Amino acid sequence: MIEEEEVDLLLNDLVDLYGYDFTHYARASLKRRINRLWSLDRFPSFAELRYRVRSDSDYLKRFVEELTVNVTEMFRDPLFYKALRTEVLTALAAKPFIRVWHAGCSTGEEVFSMAILLKEANLLHKSLLYATDLNPEVLEAARNGIFAMGPMKQYSENYILSGGIHDFSIYYTAQYGYVKFDEELTRKMVFSTHNLVSDRSFNEFDLILCRNVLIYFDKALQERVFTLFDESLGPLSFLALGAKETIKFSSIQAKYKQIGSEKLWRKVG
Amino acid sequence: MAESGVIVPNKVVIIGGSTGSIEVLLQLLPALQSPLAFSVVIVLHRKNTADSTLANLLSLKTAIPVKEVDDKDILQPGHIYLAPADYHLLIELDGSFSLDDSEKVNYSRPSIDVAFESAADVFGPALIGVLLSGANADGTNGLIAIKQAGGQVVVQQPETAQVAFMPQQAILRSQPDYILDVPGLIALLTTGI
Repeated sequence: MIEEEEVDLLLNDLVDLYGYDFTHYARASLKRRINRLWSLDRFPSFAELRYRVRSDSDYLKRFVEELTVNVTEMFRDPLFYKALRTEVLTALAAKPFIRVWHAGCSTGEEVFSMAILLKEANLLHKSLLYATDLNPEVLEAARNGIFAMGPMKQYSENYILSGGIHDFSIYYTAQYGYVKFDEELTRKMVFSTHNLVSDRSFNEFDLILCRNVLIYFDKALQERVFTLFDESLGPLSFLALGAKETIKFSSIQAKYKQIGSEKLWRKVG
Repeated sequence: MAESGVIVPNKVVIIGGSTGSIEVLLQLLPALQSPLAFSVVIVLHRKNTADSTLANLLSLKTAIPVKEVDDKDILQPGHIYLAPADYHLLIELDGSFSLDDSEKVNYSRPSIDVAFESAADVFGPALIGVLLSGANADGTNGLIAIKQAGGQVVVQQPETAQVAFMPQQAILRSQPDYILDVPGLIALLTTGI
């Protein structure tokens, strides 16, 4: 088990050598991720783990990718997606152009879910989905639009619960245990690296989705990200968070009104 | 090993279980006196739904406040906390909860091991870990971590568990301080730890 002081040493190395700042990540989860890597990659001691991180830039990629959590699925929390259909897309439908930002999109499952919603609402042709993550590797996977076949049955059930009326398989072609989603969907996506810890606002959006990302940050970093989102949201735009996350207790709270019981807010102030 | 006498205020009791454990909680919770001198954290394997049916069911059984954990909630004495479905539950050094939706551990999210290990790290000797009925080996490593950090380990007597496997695994590997049936568990938590 790694000691607190050793976690500090590693995090300082990552800032000094590579510019990745994890010092405001929620510590308990981060510590568990480091322990997990330590045992997965069979380092005999902390010193050897640290040496590898400091000296091997290929290993660093793996380290950062494994330190961050890249678990995601399509139409996770179907009722949330139902609310997106009924509350958000109907409100955005009249706009000439719709900009969506998926912050911390990982391998892109939620971006594809969103593109399907937009298509079914007849809005995809005038939408652009910006999808960002700090890991270039997961973005590459997302960009390809290729996913394992295994979870599709679950995704299909989620999709139906979200109010989907088609056969989910119309959106992809299956081959050799993998599926590739239609290029009609990927054509409207822009993938780019962006680090919520250090990068700034880069556009104005009608909807920002950042689900199950803030749980990995401490309160100070959450506050920074809320300010960044506030600067990136236009009037009457929407912000969506994960099921256990909230803007309550943050400095931007007063400008936003929660919609229904889902973790969806509209900028009203 | 065990401290005798009264329950020390800032103690934390963390309870894990799977199949057959809700029935035990439905007997245990009504027996706890409000206000509660310690905090209780409950980590159950449960159906992957976001609804709060389980929290509502448990809160019907006690006057003690029952809260399904949201990100960054602060653990306070006199409260019962329930790990939400589909997230691992961890505890920070400042006593706040962290949630984590990383890979399942022992086919489970929340994993009892993850929550127990994290709590052991933060509370050390002030922690009592309780493992109930269940059909998988989750929880045993967590109890070992609690023991190593100086906390106490309590396991439901397998013959009284609806599914004996989980407590059996724990007894084989974690050297419990107590192996108790449900009345014994109630007595321990209501009269002294």
